[in-house]
Amino acid sequence: MTISDSAITVQPGAAKSSNGAIEHSREVLKRSCVVIRFAGDSGDGMQLTGDRFSSAAAAFGNDLATMPNFPAEIRAPAGTLPGVSSFQLHFADHDILTAGDQPDVLVAMNPAALKANIADLPPGGILVANSDEFTKRNLTKVGYPANPLEDGSLCAYTVHSVAMETLARGALEHTELSKKDASRSKNMFALGLLCWMYHRPTEGTERYLREKFVRRPDLAEANILAFRAGWNYGETTETFAVTYEVSPAKLDAGTYRQITGNTALAYGIVAAGQRSGLPVFLGSYPITPASDILHELSKHKAFNVTTFQAEDEISGIGAAIGAAFGGAFGVTTTSGPGISLKSEAAGLAVALELPLLIIDVQRGGPSTGLPTKTEQSDLLQAMFGRNGECPLPIVAPRSPTDCFDAALDATRIAITYRTPVILLSDGSLANGSEPWKVPAVESLPPIEPGFATAPNAPDGSGEFWPYQRDDDTLARPWAVPGTAGLEHRIGGLEKADGRGSISYDPDNHDHMVRLRQAKVDGITVPGLEVDDPDGHAELLVLGWGSTFGAIGAGCRQVRAHGLAIAQAHLRHLNPLPANLADLLHNYRTVLVPEMNLGQLALLLRSRFLIDVKSYTKVSGLPFKAEELRNVFIDALKGDLL
Amino acid sequence: MSATDLGLPLMGGLDAIPTTDQKQSAKDYTSDQEIRWCPGCGDYAVLAAVRGFLPELGLRRENVVFISGIGCSSRFPYYLNTYGMHSIHGRAPTIATGLAVTRPDLSVFVVTGDGDALSIGGNHLIHAIRRNVNLTILLFNNRIYGLTKGQYSPTSEVGKITKSTPRGSLDHPFNPLSLVLGAEASFVARAIDADRAQLTDVLRKATAHRGTSFVEIYQDCPIFNDGAFDVIRRGGDNAKQRIIPLRHGEPIRFGVNNEYGVVLGEGGFGLRIAPVAGVGEDAVLVHDTERPDPSIAFALSRLSDHDLTHTITGVFRCVRRPTYDDGARLQIREAKATESADLAALLRGRDTWTVDA
Repeated sequence: MTISDSAITVQPGAAKSSNGAIEHSREVLKRSCVVIRFAGDSGDGMQLTGDRFSSAAAAFGNDLATMPNFPAEIRAPAGTLPGVSSFQLHFADHDILTAGDQPDVLVAMNPAALKANIADLPPGGILVANSDEFTKRNLTKVGYPANPLEDGSLCAYTVHSVAMETLARGALEHTELSKKDASRSKNMFALGLLCWMYHRPTEGTERYLREKFVRRPDLAEANILAFRAGWNYGETTETFAVTYEVSPAKLDAGTYRQITGNTALAYGIVAAGQRSGLPVFLGSYPITPASDILHELSKHKAFNVTTFQAEDEISGIGAAIGAAFGGAFGVTTTSGPGISLKSEAAGLAVALELPLLIIDVQRGGPSTGLPTKTEQSDLLQAMFGRNGECPLPIVAPRSPTDCFDAALDATRIAITYRTPVILLSDGSLANGSEPWKVPAVESLPPIEPGFATAPNAPDGSGEFWPYQRDDDTLARPWAVPGTAGLEHRIGGLEKADGRGSISYDPDNHDHMVRLRQAKVDGITVPGLEVDDPDGHAELLVLGWGSTFGAIGAGCRQVRAHGLAIAQAHLRHLNPLPANLADLLHNYRTVLVPEMNLGQLALLLRSRFLIDVKSYTKVSGLPFKAEELRNVFIDALKGDLL
Repeated sequence: MSATDLGLPLMGGLDAIPTTDQKQSAKDYTSDQEIRWCPGCGDYAVLAAVRGFLPELGLRRENVVFISGIGCSSRFPYYLNTYGMHSIHGRAPTIATGLAVTRPDLSVFVVTGDGDALSIGGNHLIHAIRRNVNLTILLFNNRIYGLTKGQYSPTSEVGKITKSTPRGSLDHPFNPLSLVLGAEASFVARAIDADRAQLTDVLRKATAHRGTSFVEIYQDCPIFNDGAFDVIRRGGDNAKQRIIPLRHGEPIRFGVNNEYGVVLGEGGFGLRIAPVAGVGEDAVLVHDTERPDPSIAFALSRLSDHDLTHTITGVFRCVRRPTYDDGARLQIREAKATESADLAALLRGRDTWTVDA
């Protein structure tokens, strides 16, 4: 069914809305959840459009999850398949765990976007296409012999063919804006139309546009006009027979905001600085998708946060080590090949036993790999990727909002145990967003730097021994330059236990290797909690990192079939929770889904001598809930592997 | 992207570092570690000069930090009773940068060698210098890899026969001073390990300078490159024919009887050496370390022949330029003065909604 656009002119005017509830003159259908995918050219502003719709959904009180998907090229040739950028969001009247397996609505701004995404739209789905871009030339560019909006090939879908560019330009006719600038506001037209279809409040977007273009009020007004034109197009034309309503979700009481993983990580670092009383020093080199952490932290200098854009990855971590030596909270952020470049310096930090937070936003590898896609394939590198016996703790957040807590947790470990800590985020967490119940500052754990202030030699000599350890934590003292009487030298050469001078003694080396391992093994981490509502599941699905949502959603679907399944998710990958061994033995089958070739599974098999089952996918995209549900059901039937 | 005037203050290299009235001696700066350099190594002379010169700065010893990389010279921090870090190969400038940016109350030295600074660490060296971080970098140049037992280095002469180049090395050497001048260095000097008075003088000026002070020290490796600098290290008339000492505000003259001078090259480009009697005293270039344009300093660096026919020593360049670390701290101070540091407000952001119980 194709509903053609009948060249209607739309009068700009205020969208009708009050108190966030929008009055419609159309039939309203209730939906418990909706997945929308905005897709267009890299230059079409799809990320912004999706982000604005998410904010509107969040402000309305829906639970939501988002998944941007964009190419590594900033502007691939216009209208081509490699240049397609998309943003998927899932919003619901109940708590949800993923950005959705497949869209209910696809907004395609050009033929390339249609071609790249139509396969994901299930039959009966809604397609909103910008017909202006479906020219012969653009169709040829992506290999369409005929216009799919007209040749009946899309009859499985409800197709709304809308001349967005023409309509947006029409709405801006009486402004001073050039034709080119006016055409560029077509994404706001699309946003307005979708906001109308789904009863989203409009004030937030209008306010946002005024703030974004504060120096160009003409552009702000133009975008608002285009946005309203889209809204009014839905309202005044008869082409859209129904609209949809998704009620607010029942979330825990509190104040909420929407946040991406990278922003949450940056805020976690700011909070860790504030709760420890330490200045924060970030040494970082631009790399996708970690750069946004650098960008965000560079804005928060008032919180005593220094950001240093280094000449390379090595300098980023080196400077952070130097800052840590001086008593600051040193942080370095990277992705992909950047973590390889930092390996040597991470080893130095292990030898120096200084606090340091190393953030690796994992992306597709090897080498440059897939810079804008997601993967969990750096786990073994984080565990073992340094010369020598070189253990360090590893923490992995499970969701965009969990990045905040994970950053605080990793900082606590780094400072308490005087050790570098690797935090493994990934591309889907970094750019994905969801509502976040904003924590009360008082509820955040304080972190005690506990600088050394006095000589500590056990022989009563009055000397300072830099490698004399705390009995409980095995941490060495953190004595910062400027402290009289504690002058000492540290370095990458092996140290004599206690005294810290250079030592090539074989027994001392063996002792120190074991001490460093024991320190990491002895880090206190919370026991692993299992979600096993029936209490008699025989299958445990164990995951780590960003797969939490998809695994959880898959488990829900399995339980909806009346089957029992248990889920547990690791935040601490080194050391592993103390109760993990017992837990694994409680289940007949342990299944580990990972976006790598089975790296956690390898660790668990070797550590616990349990034949865990591994399910893996390394496509650069997150797991889908339905895909995992099928895997879980296979595992329950005993059909897996 | 627009540029903005940072309005940075100009200070001395040791400003903001706590001082002490207590009299200090070289012994106070001597650690209990046994020195493990080879007998006759030039590093001993540099260590003695540094231990001897640090007390005269009058700084609190706990506020002095030495950071080194890897190589023979990088053992330096162990032998000084200050804070110190013996880090990893080539990376000392990065570590020192992080420390200097966060701790304006420290005097931060980097000790490095020709392999450490110019080969594996070349990138970090030029960027630290470009940023003009408040550091004093001492590059011990012995034109050889000593710790790895005698391979040619990035300052070795072409054709050098070493363990790794039995038919002679092929790569053209760096002129370290030309390199750092090209990297916008604000303080550049050269000294010779054997001339303690001149080395001490250079160290004094280097620490007084705010920004990155780069000091190349010719240093003899008696094991793997013995006598590389003998023609200038041994003193006497031979050395006087070769060493061209720079003194700010004075004509650049040298020779057994000061009979040579440095004059502008033909056509105004570069510098050349000429007998003063031939060109006249007025033609001799008067040394000015504070020339904003680095061209003359660069031309002076080119007068130092790799074969040591001539070697210029002293301070080539000493100009005031905003430092990265002062700028970074100023931005923090300004942000603190003008923006609220309310963590709760940051976490809330601007678009929140409330879910009622």
